[in-house]
Amino acid sequence: MIFNFVFGRRQREKRTTSALSDLQVGERAIVRELELDHPVAEHLMNLGFVPGLEVSVERSGPGGDPRVYRVEGTEVAMRRELSRHIHVSLVGAPAFGD
Amino acid sequence: MTCHPVARVDDQAVATSYRTVAVVGPPNSGKTTLYNRLTGLRQKVGNFPGVTVEHHIGYIRDQAGEEIALIDLPGIYSLIPKSEDERVAVEVLHGTMPGMPRPDAVIVVLNSNNLNSHLVLAARVIALGLPTLVLLNMADELHKQNGAVDVLALARELGTPVALVSATTGVGLAAVTNFLSSSAPAPEPLELPVIGNTRSVREWAVRVGESANYRRPATPVWTRRLDSIFLHRTWGPVIFLAVVIAVFQMIFIAGKPLQDLIQGFLDSTGAWIGQAMPDGLLRSLLINGVWKGVGSVVVFLPQILLLFLVIGILEDSGYLARAAVIADRTMSRVGLNGKSFIPLLSAYACAVPAIMATRTIESKRDRIATILIAPFMTCSARLPVYTMVIAAFLPGRPLLGPFLNTRAAAMLGLYVLGFLMAVLTARVLKSTILRSKDAPFILEMPPYRWPQASSLALRLVDRGKAFLYRAGTVILLVTLLLWAATNFPMHNGQPPAIQDSVVASVGHAIEPVIRPLGFDWKIGVGLVTSLAAREVIIATLGTINGIDASVHEFDLQTALRHELSLPGAVALLVFFAFAMQCMSTLAVVRRETNGWKWPAAQFAYMTVVAYISAYAAYHITGYFMR
Repeated sequence: MIFNFVFGRRQREKRTTSALSDLQVGERAIVRELELDHPVAEHLMNLGFVPGLEVSVERSGPGGDPRVYRVEGTEVAMRRELSRHIHVSLVGAPAFGD
Repeated sequence: MTCHPVARVDDQAVATSYRTVAVVGPPNSGKTTLYNRLTGLRQKVGNFPGVTVEHHIGYIRDQAGEEIALIDLPGIYSLIPKSEDERVAVEVLHGTMPGMPRPDAVIVVLNSNNLNSHLVLAARVIALGLPTLVLLNMADELHKQNGAVDVLALARELGTPVALVSATTGVGLAAVTNFLSSSAPAPEPLELPVIGNTRSVREWAVRVGESANYRRPATPVWTRRLDSIFLHRTWGPVIFLAVVIAVFQMIFIAGKPLQDLIQGFLDSTGAWIGQAMPDGLLRSLLINGVWKGVGSVVVFLPQILLLFLVIGILEDSGYLARAAVIADRTMSRVGLNGKSFIPLLSAYACAVPAIMATRTIESKRDRIATILIAPFMTCSARLPVYTMVIAAFLPGRPLLGPFLNTRAAAMLGLYVLGFLMAVLTARVLKSTILRSKDAPFILEMPPYRWPQASSLALRLVDRGKAFLYRAGTVILLVTLLLWAATNFPMHNGQPPAIQDSVVASVGHAIEPVIRPLGFDWKIGVGLVTSLAAREVIIATLGTINGIDASVHEFDLQTALRHELSLPGAVALLVFFAFAMQCMSTLAVVRRETNGWKWPAAQFAYMTVVAYISAYAAYHITGYFMR
């Protein structure tokens, strides 16, 4: 029981906060933290990647990189090497269509 | 339209109108379209001192007929001076930019479809305390996609006049003339929690948006549909390749006849002028100096204009951003990003338009890196040189049945050589001086739109003018210098034979340096004159040997075999593959980077690379022939 509890909790933790790069196409999440140098973080925030806002994975380029994300009506393409450093928490199941 | 307490008007000078007004806005706000709509052709391009950032100054008349200068600032998201663009904008707005008067007022252009993000910039500009007009652009798209905003409520929140406009249709632009004629007082200092960090400004922006009943429009359904094709796993790259081939064909195949047409016209007018004039130095100066110089400038125009037309269509329609996403994975392997692909591809036709096309690359470091490697791509001016030298030294034998003979293989090898050196250089640059850790690939994807003919036309005129004035003058000057070098010193009022001219002395002077590559002074003369354009070396070698290269190509090949050993010929090919033998490219690099620093470094680097490689090629070939 205890083992299950710990195991289950671990799994859930892994599912609730993750990097933006771990999300599947169609999934949505809330931006939590930008673990990036100031100028880059600033630029992303200007584009809408502000903690608290919802971000979704719109599309994937050929080979899965770069991918196109959407925040507040803006679509932004970036590579995984960058989206790895954007921490998010998942909301809901994958959204199909809009 | 204003809603300020009247009391503030008295500390405003009694100016009847503004003299200088700055236009700022984030990228993708339609600022340039709006600016072009307001000023039309009454604008000129310039560079701010010491930076690569370019600005336009245009003129517009207010209702009283007074002329007002509109300064178009680079597209920026914030006023925190981190990037060169932002630093320039901040300096101009504060009036600390040398040679630029402090603006009396500011027009902020925002995309009404993306208000929450763009209000951040508005907040920071308003906080400067200059009279400000906020334009919410792309109103047509906002309404079509069921978005809405209460302009009056927003004006109340911001303390500045606000207008909903569309730069493409012209709706609402009367607000600009009203503003320019009204001398609205400086805005009440906003209660800005604002100047602090981006996050708090952003939260403020959302609140302001809410009180202005802002409803964000839906993404146009067409954008979603087209993206599901253009960014499709298989169809995306297929369409990308088709577009790339079309662009390439356009500049290579459509550009060439146009170029020949212009060349033919210049030649015949030159001959016509020549007939009307007495033989002599003046005629030679006019025809072989000035007219040829003019010719070597305008001959680039068809390719430049065609390339900018195609890229303009791709950019305005929104496809260029998608193409960059598709090409990014491949380009990232050499340390560049997807936006470098099309400029590098067009460098296969000619480096001059290619380098001008790098302005679609937002990241300064990636742009410089692309400019520096573009001339390694085998441009069409190298082809005549390659063809002649290969034909003179390499017998054409089939290599792979009917598909590939030895000469074609050699040609292909030279293409690969240039490409490999470009990749190598890019890698070295991107891991040393142009490391882009601070500027990773982040690309905003605009919705698809129909390109506007007027906006495209204005850009073509703008680019054409920029090339003619800023690069053309350098090219003309160097052509005149080369003319003088071949026509002096004079003997009894007659220009010397090329063997006795200044250019020949230069050839003799550099002979000790190029001797280790297997070149004699005649090739040296060719290397000097080929600075005008690479293929000029053929005509020069013809002149030195008393052979008309255009008629007796075969004789020239024979002469070349006397001039050069086989190792020397290989060295010459390698030298041409790598050397920056093109002053037009240098002139354009100077123009695009706003200084001699980068072109000088590029010239030095490419010459050293070419010299060392040619030296190696000479000795390796010599070793195998022993």
